[in-house]
Amino acid sequence: MVLSAKDKTNISEAWGKIGGHAGEYGAEALERMFFVYPTTKTYFPHFDVSHGSAQVKGHGKKVADALTNAVGHLDDLPGALSALSDLHAHKLRVDPVNFKLLSHCLLVTLANHHPADFTPAVHASLDKFFASVSTVLTSKYR
Amino acid sequence: MVHLTDAEKALVSGLWGKVNADAVGAEALGRLMVVYPWTQRFFEHFGDLSSASAVMSNAQVKAHGKKVIHSFADGLKHLDNLKGTFSSLSELHCDKLHVDPENFRLLGNMIIIVLSHDLGKDFTPSAQAAFQKVVAGVANALAHKYH
Repeated sequence: MVLSAKDKTNISEAWGKIGGHAGEYGAEALERMFFVYPTTKTYFPHFDVSHGSAQVKGHGKKVADALTNAVGHLDDLPGALSALSDLHAHKLRVDPVNFKLLSHCLLVTLANHHPADFTPAVHASLDKFFASVSTVLTSKYR
Repeated sequence: MVHLTDAEKALVSGLWGKVNADAVGAEALGRLMVVYPWTQRFFEHFGDLSSASAVMSNAQVKAHGKKVIHSFADGLKHLDNLKGTFSSLSELHCDKLHVDPENFRLLGNMIIIVLSHDLGKDFTPSAQAAFQKVVAGVANALAHKYH
């Protein structure tokens, strides 16, 4: 799967509109994921995952910052995400199925807060973006 | 069979009452075909699906989305017997339409995203969880008669 020039424009513009809310949305997506897909909590036994948890807020910002970095390097996701890719492969070892679950919750969150901007074409580009990031993060698993 | 608590059942029917079901159906089916273009394989006879705007404005997509959502809404009234409710539709999708059940999961997630888009802050994590149980139950019921 390849990000077209139009996809890259859609992704950059959409992420630009999110602005300073990225951390907040990252946290909300995680909260949704933990609630809707309880098996994802198995990777965070050390977390308080209740609503408003400071740990979830902190981790949401971390995830959002990584995605913001990825948006700035759409022409070289493997390069930009190399360290995170190593981390997920060798240390975190999150089963690949979970990336789809978080990606879905990110889309649900973005649709929720930016209904006018979340057009079908932008939705498609963002879905491809999250899938591309997921692929890079699991690329060194074996 | 899908197990919703009484609170979840109330959430689902309350929120469903707030949306325009026909519009949700059309939007969800359209987005399915835009975001996952390979799903257009079942709809080659629908005419112009060549761009996002062509898909979303296509009259057959809207009509079919309406048909699909009416079946889904029927499921909402029979959460205690989804397999029975969708039994003949399951046979149809396997024997005549030859649709991979993975597509039911993809469409279910599109319905969730459209509901989130339309309901905004009412679509809380609890609401999402309740509806995800429903769409998973419907997808499993539609796949149940496959052989």
